Amino acid sequence: MRPSRIQVALIGCNHRTAPVEFRERVAFTPEQALHAADELRRQGILEEAVVLSTCNRSELYGVASEVQPNITDAMELFLTSFHRIPRGELNGRLYRWMGPDAVRHLFRVAAGLDSMLLGEAEILGQLKTAYGQALDHGATGPVLNKVFQSALEVGKRVRSETEVGARPMSVAFAGVKLAERVFGNLKGRTALVLGAGTVAEQVVEHLRNRGIGGVRVVNRSYERAQELARRVDGEAVSWESLDRVLSAPDILVTSVGGAGPVLARESLEAALAARGGKPVFVVDLGVPRNVAPEAAGLYNLYLYNIDDLGEIVEQNKKAREAEIPRAEAIVNEHIAKFESWRATLEAGSIVDDLRDHLHQHREMLLREKLAEMPDVSPEERARIAHITEELIERVLDQPAKRLRHGGAIRGRLGAIEALRHLFGLDEEKAGLEGEEKLGREEEEGN
Amino acid sequence: MGHELAYLSLALYAASFVCYAWILYAPQLWIGRFATVLLAGGIVAQYFALLERSHWTHSVPYDDLYGSMSLFAWLLGVTYLGLELFHRQRSVGAFVTLVLVAWTALITLIVPQAASTPPPARGLLFALHVTLNTWAYAAFALSFVLSVIYLVQDWVLRSRKMSVAFWRFPALDVLDGMARSSVYVGLGALSMGVVMGLIWEHRLSGSYSWADPKVVVTLAILVVYAAYLRLSRSTKWRGARASVLCASNFLIVLFSYTFVNLYLTRFHRYL
Repeated sequence: MRPSRIQVALIGCNHRTAPVEFRERVAFTPEQALHAADELRRQGILEEAVVLSTCNRSELYGVASEVQPNITDAMELFLTSFHRIPRGELNGRLYRWMGPDAVRHLFRVAAGLDSMLLGEAEILGQLKTAYGQALDHGATGPVLNKVFQSALEVGKRVRSETEVGARPMSVAFAGVKLAERVFGNLKGRTALVLGAGTVAEQVVEHLRNRGIGGVRVVNRSYERAQELARRVDGEAVSWESLDRVLSAPDILVTSVGGAGPVLARESLEAALAARGGKPVFVVDLGVPRNVAPEAAGLYNLYLYNIDDLGEIVEQNKKAREAEIPRAEAIVNEHIAKFESWRATLEAGSIVDDLRDHLHQHREMLLREKLAEMPDVSPEERARIAHITEELIERVLDQPAKRLRHGGAIRGRLGAIEALRHLFGLDEEKAGLEGEEKLGREEEEGN
Repeated sequence: MGHELAYLSLALYAASFVCYAWILYAPQLWIGRFATVLLAGGIVAQYFALLERSHWTHSVPYDDLYGSMSLFAWLLGVTYLGLELFHRQRSVGAFVTLVLVAWTALITLIVPQAASTPPPARGLLFALHVTLNTWAYAAFALSFVLSVIYLVQDWVLRSRKMSVAFWRFPALDVLDGMARSSVYVGLGALSMGVVMGLIWEHRLSGSYSWADPKVVVTLAILVVYAAYLRLSRSTKWRGARASVLCASNFLIVLFSYTFVNLYLTRFHRYL
C-alpha cells in the first residue's frame, strides 16, 4: 500500500547528550537491534524501523503508518521499557526529531558531522551495517530504504568531495599518511619498530592495512619484541642486532622509554649510506625523544616527533572544521531531494485517496438518482456510469500533474495538506480504519 | 579553419586545467577523468591545426616561430598524457596544463600565425630531426615542472606547513619516477633527433657542423641529462639534489631553444 503521509521519526542519545554510563544502558547488540525493530512494528508503534547503536550513539529511526503527533513519546516509552530504565532517568538525555529534522540528523550522522571525531569514517560503515541488517530482516520499507540509501550517498559524497574526512586526525595515522607522501604506495616497503608502545603498535596496524611488506620489532626486552611481533605479524630482532638491521627499513617507528636518544645522528647517517641514500621516514613517538634532533638535517631522512605529528593533527582538525559548510551544503541538497521524493509520493497518494472519495460519492449519487429513473435502460445506465467515471478522471488529471511536478516542494506539500483538510480525507480514512478494526474485533470475539 | 582549431585547443586545455585544479581541492574521480578527456580533446584539436598548417608547408610545421612553438605545446601535451596514463597519476595535471594553457595562449593570441611564403621542402629526415628534437625539449620541460613540484613537496615535508593541496600531491617517489620517465623520453628523442640531423647534413654537404653552437649546446644537453639519470640513483644525489639538477638542466634547454636559435647558430634560426 502506498503510504499516504510520510513522517520519519527519530529518538536517541549520543556522546553530546548522555554520558557513557547512560549510553551503555541504552546500547543494542545487533540481535537486540533487530528484535527491537520487530517489536516496534509488532506493537503498531512504527511501520518501518531501524536501530542504530554504536559506542557513541543509540538511535531509533522509524516511520509510522499514519501521522501521529506523539509518535516519539511512544518510541521513548518503548526504549525505556526495552532497556528497563525509569523514564525519570532520561532527564533530557534523549533527542527527538520529526520529519525533515530527523532526516537531517541522519544525514549529518552519515557525513560524520555529528561524530565525536569530526568526519570519522567508521560511522558510515556502522550505518551501512545497521541498515543492511534491518533491510535483510524486513524491518524497513520504502521510506526508510530511501532515507538510509540517501544517507549513505551523503556520507560518500561528503568524504569524496570535501576535506571533512580527508586528513589524518590521530598521531598514528598522521605518521602513516606522511610516509605515503614520501613513498606513495606502501606495498612492499619495510618498517622497523623500536620499542613496544601502544601508539607504535597503532602505527604498525595502519601500515599493515596499507599492505606494508615486512615489519621487524626491536625491543630491549626480547620477549616483549616477540609479543608485539606476533601481534603485528612481524619478526622480532634482538636489541644487540639493531645496528645491523637499521639500514634495511624504509620506515622507522621508535617508541622506547628511558632517558636520552637511542639513535644518534651518526648511526642513522651510516644506515642511510648503507641503503644507497634511499629515503628513510622516521616517526619518533618517544618522550624523551628517541632520535637525536640533529638527525633531522640528514639528507633524505624525514624525521617527525610526537609534537610535530600532534601539530599536524591540530592543523588537520582546523582544516576539517573549515569544511563543515561544504558538507552541510551536501546534506541540504539531499534533504531537498528527499523532500521532493516525499512530495511526489504524497501527491500520488492524495490523488488516489481523492479518486476513491469521489468514486464513493459518484456511486452513491448514481444509486440514488437512477433509482428515481426506472425507464433508463441497462445500456444507458452503463453509459452514464462511464461518463461520470471519465468526468472524475478528467477533473483529477490537472491537479495530479500539478501536485506531482509543479512549484516548490514546500508549496506542493502545503497544497497536499490543504486538499486533505478540504475533503476531510484523514477523518474519512480514520473512520474507515476504525470500522475495520471494530469489525476485526467483533470477528475475533465471535 | 586552422585558427578555429587553435582556439578550440586553447579552450580545451583551459577547461582541462580547471578540472585538474578542481581535483586538487575536491577530488572526484569523474572530474579527473573528464580533465584527461578534455586534455586529449585539446591535443586532437591542436593536431588537426598542425596538420592543416603542414598541408600548406608540405612538412612538419617547424619553419617559423609559431609553427615550432605549436609543435612544442602539442608534444608537451602528448608526453604528459602518456606519463599520466603510464603512472596513473593526475595530481600534477594542473601544473602541466597551466604551462600548456599559457604557452598556447601566447602563440595563439600574440605570435602572428601566417608566414609570408611557404618554406622550402627539406625532406623526411629533416622533418624527423626537428620533430624529435622538439619532442625532447617538451619532455625536458615536463621533467622541469615535475622536479620543481618535487622540491616544493620536499620543502613542505620538512617545514611541516601542509596546505590542502599537499595531501593531494603525488608522493616524492612518484614525482621522481615521473621526472625520470620524462627525461628518458627526452634523451631518447634528442639522441635520435641528433642522429637524423647529422645524417641529413652529411647527405646534403658531405660534412658535419660540429662547431655550430646549436650542435655544441645540444650535445651538452645530452650529457647533463644523462648525468642526471646516473646521479639520481647515487647515494649523495638521490632525491632533492637530483631534482635541482634536473630543473637546472632545463635552463640550458631554454638557452638552446631561444638564445642559441635566435642569435648564435647559422642553421637553426626560426626567424
